[in-house]
Amino acid sequence: MASKKTDTNIYTIVFAVVMVVVVGSVLAFVANTLKPTISENERFEKMQNILYVMGVNNNEGDNDVVFIPANEAGDAFDKYIVKQLVIQGGSITEGDAFSIDLAKEEVLAKDSGYQKRLPVFVGKKDEKTHYIVPLRGKGLWDAIWGYVSLDENMVVQGAFFDHAGETPGLGANIKERYFMDDFIGEHIMDANNNFAGIAVAKGNNDPLNLRKHDNKVDAISGSTITGDGVSAMIRKYLREYIPHLEKIINESK
Amino acid sequence: MALLSKKDRGLLLDPLADNNPITVQVLGICSALAITAQLKASVVMAVSVIAVLAMGNVVISLIRNIIPSKIRIIVQLVVVAALVIVVDQVLKAYSYELSKQLSVFIGLIITNCIIMGRFEAFALANKPWPSFLDGIGNASGYGLILVIVGFFRELLGSGTLFGHQVLGDPIAKTGLYAIGYENNGFMLLSPMALIVVGIIIWVQRARNPKLIEEN
Repeated sequence: MASKKTDTNIYTIVFAVVMVVVVGSVLAFVANTLKPTISENERFEKMQNILYVMGVNNNEGDNDVVFIPANEAGDAFDKYIVKQLVIQGGSITEGDAFSIDLAKEEVLAKDSGYQKRLPVFVGKKDEKTHYIVPLRGKGLWDAIWGYVSLDENMVVQGAFFDHAGETPGLGANIKERYFMDDFIGEHIMDANNNFAGIAVAKGNNDPLNLRKHDNKVDAISGSTITGDGVSAMIRKYLREYIPHLEKIINESK
Repeated sequence: MALLSKKDRGLLLDPLADNNPITVQVLGICSALAITAQLKASVVMAVSVIAVLAMGNVVISLIRNIIPSKIRIIVQLVVVAALVIVVDQVLKAYSYELSKQLSVFIGLIITNCIIMGRFEAFALANKPWPSFLDGIGNASGYGLILVIVGFFRELLGSGTLFGHQVLGDPIAKTGLYAIGYENNGFMLLSPMALIVVGIIIWVQRARNPKLIEEN
């Protein structure tokens, strides 16, 4: 016989059931109540990211990554983003590019009957046109993603990267200024105007990134796999985008 | 009359030095390796663990008499996991920037053995108030070591503190770098955290011989 009532099997099972129901309800309640606020935050963050690559940000020092405040993001987005385009198959249409989730598109595209939708944001700031495309790929531990702004000549005007769970101090540094700013001015086409992407290269020996035509930026020590992930997602997505972007640019001339 | 009784003060202060969870009990090493490459990350992790351990200890202590002993570990896991999820969601909703910075740390808290250790060793057998103090004390002891390790790893590995360059600019060769100093890239790798922790243990035991085991 169990000495205490809390030792009996029946008590243990009842306790477990009650605990699961109580904790489950509390978590479900919390998740449901907070969901609208959280998705609103995520929407603003996406706007802040897109605006960041076209230089609409509050960076002051050399190391800051400061977005414009979330409550101004909506207005600024309407002001600077002049056109949203959706590429699907060979067709390019104006539409709601903002709500396209690349992760979902990748899953849908596994079905061969589905043509992946690719969003393009056309921004204008100080007479300069920005063709902003999203990127998505794999880091060491989890997803990495980013936005790149290109000009008419396929030169990078701004880049922003983020990650779900790269190692702090190593792979997580892809979202630091010194890494992201290296991409600015870098060409994604090689000398013969073929697609080359931008490789995150070890042994590049160009810490100040003075060579803008070499299709390479300096890697971060100790984060080879995250860096390779960045190279891979740039190659994968920009390769898909380039023919369409050229069409968009030619039509707008 | 002190604010806390002698016993309560002991609960709060012992884990900072003579009974430190990392250097004396050697718990929580995994997260101490993972996140101490930067000082900021160490501070953030320390604060998160203090919050979760204090709350968790109180919750476990409140229900200590009704927990069936057969499944107590599961109950502890559920409590800490639920707390962490709630904290994560609330941060995401009301302090989105902060939650972005914390990203992986929130999840890492669940796996911290100090938390389960304190639930099992203390909160299950004590009243809520002492458990609360014990939680704050142990988490602070853990945080203290994290900050010390983070300080040395970031300073020697990247030449920065909280992301500010304190030793000069390694690329433009100013400050210390002008006279040939180089950052030690090894400091950024996890094994160096273990070596720094080892040095802290060495210093602590050299100063306090009663910590040395006799065998």
